[in-house]
Amino acid sequence: MINQLRVPVNSDSDIVIARQKGRALAEQLGFSSSQLTLIATAISELTRNIVYYAKCGEVILQRDDNGARPGIVVIARDEGPGIEDIERALQKGYSTSGGLGLGLPGVRRIMDEFQIDSALGRGTTVRVKKWKL
Amino acid sequence: MAVPILKQGQYLIATIQSALSDVDLTHLQDALVGQVGKLRSRGVIVDVTALDVMDSYASRTLRDLAHMIRLRGAETVIVGIQPEVAFSMVQLGLTLEGVSTALDLEEALLHLGQKTKRPQQRDKPS
Repeated sequence: MINQLRVPVNSDSDIVIARQKGRALAEQLGFSSSQLTLIATAISELTRNIVYYAKCGEVILQRDDNGARPGIVVIARDEGPGIEDIERALQKGYSTSGGLGLGLPGVRRIMDEFQIDSALGRGTTVRVKKWKL
Repeated sequence: MAVPILKQGQYLIATIQSALSDVDLTHLQDALVGQVGKLRSRGVIVDVTALDVMDSYASRTLRDLAHMIRLRGAETVIVGIQPEVAFSMVQLGLTLEGVSTALDLEEALLHLGQKTKRPQQRDKPS
């Protein structure tokens, strides 16, 4: 069984590749079909943020049996411009790209754990986890 | 991957057959908005049964598509949103506001038949 996958992100077609690989890994880990869709959707949003704001980066998908509950961890990492105001970026309806502003707050809602680390000029790393029910 | 668009009488039917990139989705939007005028279509059906993810970009593109088609004088119905996809969309707050949806193609055709009925096209009295 694969424990970790790295998906390089350089263009919008990598959004589809990242979410398909994430779904496949989550399926191997035994997630339910509605959880698979939530995980794939979250990966899609996080990967799109990389493509739109940083142009390139990577998505790391891994099983995580450590911690209180086993599950899947998705890390979306880039060395792009960073987020100026993280609090606002997590608010529903706020977007600097003309989007719906539902990406990051939506991902936070549909995943069980959510951590974001961003610094201006240094990039952004988002780590999310979905627990297996 | 390009989405084939079929002409069925006064309607256009676009059946998405695999996962689409953002660029593919935008192409589909442009193609349908253009074809509706060229073929003088009264309705558009977009079948998303094969989509396993409807994220914020896909939702926004489909919503914009439906609104643009309406401005062009036709109606759009989105067909085949899967239960898991609907669940995930609601969780994300994606509602496809102002867009007609139907369970399957048959329902969509019925819906369009009612929506696009033109008085001058009624059967002549015998």
